[in-house]
Amino acid sequence: MDKLLSVKNLSVSFEGKPVISGISFDLSVGENLAIIGPNGSGKTVLLKSLIGILPYNGEVSWTPHTKIGYVPQKIDADRHLPLTIENLLHAKAGAIGLKKFSVKNSLEEVGLGHSAAKTPIGHLSGGEFQRALIAFALLGNPKVLLFDEPTASIDVSGEELIYELIHELQDKRGISAIVVSHDLSFVYNYATNVLCVNKTGLCFGPPEKTLNAQVLEKVYGPHKYFHHFHHKDQEEHKNA
Amino acid sequence: MLSPIYSIILAVLAAAAAGLVGSFALMKKTVLAGDVMSHVAIPGLGLALIWNINPLIGGAATLLLGAIIIWRLEEKTSLSSEAAIGVIFASSVALGALLINSKEELIDALFGGFGGLSTNEFIFGVAASLFVIIVLWILRNKLIINLFSSDLAASANINTSGLNLWFIILFALTILSGLRFLGALLAGALIIVPAAAARQLTHSLGWFIGMSTLLSVVSVILGFIISNTYGLELGPTVVVVAAGIFVLSLLKKKE
Repeated sequence: MDKLLSVKNLSVSFEGKPVISGISFDLSVGENLAIIGPNGSGKTVLLKSLIGILPYNGEVSWTPHTKIGYVPQKIDADRHLPLTIENLLHAKAGAIGLKKFSVKNSLEEVGLGHSAAKTPIGHLSGGEFQRALIAFALLGNPKVLLFDEPTASIDVSGEELIYELIHELQDKRGISAIVVSHDLSFVYNYATNVLCVNKTGLCFGPPEKTLNAQVLEKVYGPHKYFHHFHHKDQEEHKNA
Repeated sequence: MLSPIYSIILAVLAAAAAGLVGSFALMKKTVLAGDVMSHVAIPGLGLALIWNINPLIGGAATLLLGAIIIWRLEEKTSLSSEAAIGVIFASSVALGALLINSKEELIDALFGGFGGLSTNEFIFGVAASLFVIIVLWILRNKLIINLFSSDLAASANINTSGLNLWFIILFALTILSGLRFLGALLAGALIIVPAAAARQLTHSLGWFIGMSTLLSVVSVILGFIISNTYGLELGPTVVVVAAGIFVLSLLKKKE
């Protein structure tokens, strides 16, 4: 398969303190890479260095002219900004010089109706907001999408829908994805490879061959991983 | 000396630029740093008076210097930058007041006035205002994305640091084009106050930007009429009118 991204010995430091170090992995066209690791393990920093927002050491080489779509976990935008998804899509289309595009089609592709287009971003639900971010990332036809915990601000019932959407988009558009996720069922069902991160790379390979109790213990610490991957079930219990 | 009609043309254009810049500054939450930025012009005005050159040239020099300093401080995003900005502006006012040794000149520098507008000043003011309006139009898409998220802007290959520098320079130029008639203390007010009122009155991006521009122009025109009718100082009158519009906008209930 054609290689899309090759990462060798990637390190990022803030004010001299290493946040992540020695991370290496590859991504091929059409593949789906899941990144797992505990909170504060440097997953977001890793994604940001991949798209060149953060300075890093080591090698991050994308196939030339690879268009990347980025779906961040959080946007620290003011809730009271008078901005709608429609404004943002038009702004991005203008900024990247896209002549023909339709807000309606962009939103339909991520399962949003026309009323969402006119709603100020601060008034969207967690799920709608996530879909809006995906529509924004898809504009310009990226070859790869990077998701930073796409379900972090979404209730349990909405999570599955977002993962289904990601999967559907990949099928339809043939794009690759790098997804930071806490959801092991997503990792097993959809990921071609999994990368375990806790300051450094602790595993890389197909989930069924790579993930086992020892590896997860190494990533999350003794017994922690159990809580990590089962707390959602508990929440479901609570909500029921 | 030019006839009053030129003063009005310049004031309206400067107001339109201020309204536009103000709407983006309000969304960027850089309003306050931007407002006090006008104070940096004061030592420049003082030096220009000492060296007997056009005050606007001195004001322009220190404003642009101030713009670059603020940009550098914002890039660092350290906690101390706000404090540093405060120190720079307060000392600018003090230094300016020491440099300008006649009371009349000091009042003019602080509060403006259109007495004796020269052709060069007119051309410069009009050019600066038009430049601000045109560049904002060109950068609008990038600015909107950057307002929403600088990470997303960077991921769409937008040079966010360069964009911020452009915005601060546009801000400085807007202050400069208002400096002649509003003065260094109040030039920033025409950027903030109409934008704040417009934000109260509108809910969508297009209306907000349009309303901010309109209210700024209306404040200047009403200010002209009132100051002429009652023989008041132009700069303070314009700002009081803008503040009055803001107070009225508060009466509108937010959804």
